[in-house]
Amino acid sequence: MSAMLPPTHGVAAFLARRARWSPLEIAFWVFAFATIWLFPGKHLILTETAILALFALSLDLILGYAGIISLGQAAFFGLAGYVSGLLAKYGIVNEPVIALLFSGLVAAALGFVTSFLVLRGSDLTRLMVTLGVALMLGELANRYSNITGGADGLQGITMAPIFGVFRFDMFGHTGYIYCLIVLFVCFLIARRIVYSPFGLSLRSLKGNPLRASAIGIPVNRRLVAIYTVSAGFAGVAGALLTQTTAFCSLDVFSLERSADLLLVLIIGGTGYLYGGLIGAVIYKFLQDWIASLTPQYWQFWIGLVLVAIVLVGRERVDGWITAVRAAIVRLGGRLVARPAALGS
Amino acid sequence: MLTILFDGLAYGMLLFVLACGLSVTLGLMNFINLAHGAFAMAGGYCTVILVNRLGVPFALGLPIAFLVTAALGALFERTLYVHVYRRSHLDQVLFTIGLVFMSVAAVDYVMGSSQQFVLIPEALQGHFIVFGIGMSKYRLLIILICGLLTVALQLMIGKTRFGSRLRAAVDDQRVARGLGINVGAVFAITFAFGSGLAGLGGALGAEILGLDPTFPLKYLIYFLIVVTVGGTSSITGPFVASILLGIADVAGKYYAPKLGAFVIYTIMIVVLIWRPQGLFGRSAAR
Repeated sequence: MSAMLPPTHGVAAFLARRARWSPLEIAFWVFAFATIWLFPGKHLILTETAILALFALSLDLILGYAGIISLGQAAFFGLAGYVSGLLAKYGIVNEPVIALLFSGLVAAALGFVTSFLVLRGSDLTRLMVTLGVALMLGELANRYSNITGGADGLQGITMAPIFGVFRFDMFGHTGYIYCLIVLFVCFLIARRIVYSPFGLSLRSLKGNPLRASAIGIPVNRRLVAIYTVSAGFAGVAGALLTQTTAFCSLDVFSLERSADLLLVLIIGGTGYLYGGLIGAVIYKFLQDWIASLTPQYWQFWIGLVLVAIVLVGRERVDGWITAVRAAIVRLGGRLVARPAALGS
Repeated sequence: MLTILFDGLAYGMLLFVLACGLSVTLGLMNFINLAHGAFAMAGGYCTVILVNRLGVPFALGLPIAFLVTAALGALFERTLYVHVYRRSHLDQVLFTIGLVFMSVAAVDYVMGSSQQFVLIPEALQGHFIVFGIGMSKYRLLIILICGLLTVALQLMIGKTRFGSRLRAAVDDQRVARGLGINVGAVFAITFAFGSGLAGLGGALGAEILGLDPTFPLKYLIYFLIVVTVGGTSSITGPFVASILLGIADVAGKYYAPKLGAFVIYTIMIVVLIWRPQGLFGRSAAR
């Protein structure tokens, strides 16, 4: 890519060009915010979708960009979920946004501490360690049921209005707008990270850690940094779930949650920021649709989708997505180019 | 105290029979098979159907469970798994988790979500009292069967021609291929045999571990602990690891019931940090 650029363009110009907002992206977000008015009756499921999208985004940061396979992203999700729930329940921090930030920071702190555990070993070891951390937290939450409510879940949470102004209503309108804005802000941050030189260095060390370190990238420090950021994002997602549902139960730590998350990301495609978002939308539609057909056994079809995706080949699925994306970009480009042509 | 040791030993032996197939397949093909527990569950449900519904004697039900699961394993290996060996670890994880989800929902659909019990013949119920230690007859049987199986496995891997082929393939697949060993066939047989053992373990363990559709998810972590802690280069490692895990788990549940599995997970993480290749392994994954 850089070879194609004329020599007058520096690295900074290349990065800036890469990070430019395409019309398609703008259209995506305009549509996302338009759903507030377009589907007012669907806000509850849209809220779940937005939270799942943020959660998937957090996994994409470490899986798609840094190449760490994790089955334990639920650890951060769950921890922050409980933290925000407890903060609200005992009235320690009443303002949801501050509680959200605090929960995210707690999750990021856990991510920082546990990141040193995933630096060592093979894929399997990483898988085990990340899974082990999530299960350990689940056991702890179960053990200290006097604080967490144990198997019954954390009940009796009342959320204060956001900024003291916007009250959570039972139809989830406020909750959805809140989640969407948080998702958008987090997305902006992730976008900034990914298109920065730091993000480029992550890609290089995913491709080949040895060569990356040979050209002077501190591999372990980069991995620790991105793991921490990703844990923070997962934490924000978890806190959002607790805040919008006013409930938190032990299954936030479950293996199923982490496994579903992998599926979401695989459906959407790894390694580009919209993968998690698109995957979350498709997954929720799929789940909603299958659950309405066979309420009890939807897991079977989800499993079948996973198996089918792998057997068909993830690259091929990604290839389709890339092809569709390219087609849409061409279309979008033409639409943008036409008025310009008319003007000249 | 000794009763705990005894129960832990039985539990550990059971875990070993359940997980040893997994450790060999992981070592041989560097393949992460999270669906191993599904085969154990298949064995368990097979026994339940045979013994409870069809009235087959328990002693005959066990070998049939072994054969059925082995056949299932061979079928899945040849039709599905074979396509995934050369894929990335991420693909393998996704694929096998998908299989687990499917098996859980399918069993739920066919057999219902309630816990199943195998009818154990009366001769095996009750306790022996030896030197003041209460020993359940059934657990003694488990230790006996699993012990014999372990010895047989060790002999098979150590002494037979197939065993030496297997070891060669685990050590260096490419050289083994070069020497004319059909690694694919060796792997298929091992996979089927390992699945069969898991099925037998599931059948034997239905009484102790409990059998319901979430079995593969519930015990997945235990199998993985055995494999990662024990290493994959021999079967001695997983054996020691499962005995330790069994005793630690039973003792943990007895002395600190509320802490539950927390201790186990902590130990696992510490071991993996200390020795990422497992306690006894040389290289867990190439």
